[in-house]
Amino acid sequence: MRNTFADTFYEAGKRDKRLAIVVADISPAGSIEKFRKEFPDRFVNTGVAEQIMIGMCAGMALRGLRPFAYTIATFTLYRPFEFVRDDLCYQNLPVTIVGIGGGVTYSTLGGTHHAQEDVAIACAIPNMNVIAPCDPAETRLATEWCVTQERGPVYLRLGKAGEPVLTAGAADPWAFGKLRYLSKGGDVCVLSYGPVMKLAAEVAEWFKGRGKSVSLASCHTIKPLDEAAVVRALQSHKHVVVIEEMVPHGGLGSRVKALAWDAGAKCRLDAFSLEDEFHHVYGGHGDVLAAHGLTRERIVARLEAA
Amino acid sequence: MSARAGKRQPALRNSPDAAAARKRCLAYRRRILDISQTVSALHIAPAFSCVEIVDALYNAVMRRNNPDGSLHDVFLMSKGHGCMVQYVILEEMGVLTPADLAQYCRPGGKLGAHPDYGVPGVTASTGSLGHGLGMSVGMAYAEKLKASDVRVFCVLSDGEFQEGSTWEAMMMAGNLRLSNLVALMDNNDFSGLERMSEGHKAFYPLLEKARSFGWEAVEANGHDHQALFDAVTGRRGDRPLMVVCKTVKGKGVSYMEHVPIWHYRSPNKQEYEQAVRELAEVAS
Repeated sequence: MRNTFADTFYEAGKRDKRLAIVVADISPAGSIEKFRKEFPDRFVNTGVAEQIMIGMCAGMALRGLRPFAYTIATFTLYRPFEFVRDDLCYQNLPVTIVGIGGGVTYSTLGGTHHAQEDVAIACAIPNMNVIAPCDPAETRLATEWCVTQERGPVYLRLGKAGEPVLTAGAADPWAFGKLRYLSKGGDVCVLSYGPVMKLAAEVAEWFKGRGKSVSLASCHTIKPLDEAAVVRALQSHKHVVVIEEMVPHGGLGSRVKALAWDAGAKCRLDAFSLEDEFHHVYGGHGDVLAAHGLTRERIVARLEAA
Repeated sequence: MSARAGKRQPALRNSPDAAAARKRCLAYRRRILDISQTVSALHIAPAFSCVEIVDALYNAVMRRNNPDGSLHDVFLMSKGHGCMVQYVILEEMGVLTPADLAQYCRPGGKLGAHPDYGVPGVTASTGSLGHGLGMSVGMAYAEKLKASDVRVFCVLSDGEFQEGSTWEAMMMAGNLRLSNLVALMDNNDFSGLERMSEGHKAFYPLLEKARSFGWEAVEANGHDHQALFDAVTGRRGDRPLMVVCKTVKGKGVSYMEHVPIWHYRSPNKQEYEQAVRELAEVAS
């Protein structure tokens, strides 16, 4: 994802002189290094200083540029939170802040590097748009949208590196603000976003193995949420399952439950998320997800139990 | 030329007029006092301490050579709570209307106690302290990238230099050698609660701090039009400039000067009349 973002940004930056990237002491992956070499003035490293990273982006946007802020997700959003809120969102400036390692991707670095509440926090701010692509292909499409958008601030939540492509042959094209079906069925709908989509796809396969007709959908734009499409999914399936790498409150699961209540949905609804806990666990990404109960086995056990 | 090379800025061509500035500043204070009688509270002393600074920028330093009469340079009021003086100057320029000011802090009006982006003449939303210099750094850098000759002038409170974010901006402006950036610190020595020189002794010295961050730094009497003009125009111009403006909080009204309660308060009728008398005496 990181490299796909970098490649896409580099290509767009060659075409549009307004694009600039402001990083806070993070080693520029792949093509960002190429961008830095070819356009040194449009690459700014503020060092270990995230408030000025966001403040500079706001000032650059106020003078007509299209800056991107880029660092590890926690440092993109949490450290400079009030700058994101006041400078970017209150003024509704077209600045994209890219958070690398959303969720618990940085699985060996501990809780200081886990952005496990980021989506809830970003979605809570008026004017903020929140996009979390599920694979490198969606990362390319989301980045292509971000480099041309005039809508306002965007939190682009990415994973790290090495995510598999999950959207080849997707039923729907990618469009900002639209729920995207990767496959369509009639019994069960599995909704997810971000790299944990890989786990969602495994759960979808499990349902298929039990003879179910299954939809798998990428809810890549979490804000604004495609509420109409979510309601249609609730009404047209017997069972809806939400899987997200985020705390249980303020994310997709709680939004879908609220929409289900408002729409009087009759389907069964299960939501799986990170726990409302800091787990002092190290290992692979899957090990930290497992500590939060996000494994195929744990999810299937709960789905079978009811 | 690389945007980072500190390009020497040409000397400013505008000329100061100290007598005219004195008259204007008395009128601005009087206008703010009048508006104070329409609201229960406003940041009157923080506005009075920077009247001459903001006046010097708008009326002598910054260029207004755009065809529509708008500013060529950029002004950012980082100490957003001092914005009354900016509002009355924008009113005088015709950017804001008397009707806009009559609706100050009222339902249906567009002007609040802090400047909002989108209001005519307001470059950025401020109010939360420690944001303005960072945005100014971004704006100055953007103008460098565009190879324009636009300068960015940022007025900050001294209290804002207690915010870590201001020092991140100071360091970055120095790193980037933003010669098109001028910061003016309204050094009235008062934060909301107490005097810096009493409660926060490590706040001083200021010039040495700024210089060690790669800035040119000078001190000036913040109520002296000519001194402010000279401080800005006499710069070397190869790096960002900090002008530490020595000011009096509540300047111009005897009972407000150096008295913390006037940070956010409206004079009552008697206090208002006394203030008006004092301004008239100075004018005569």
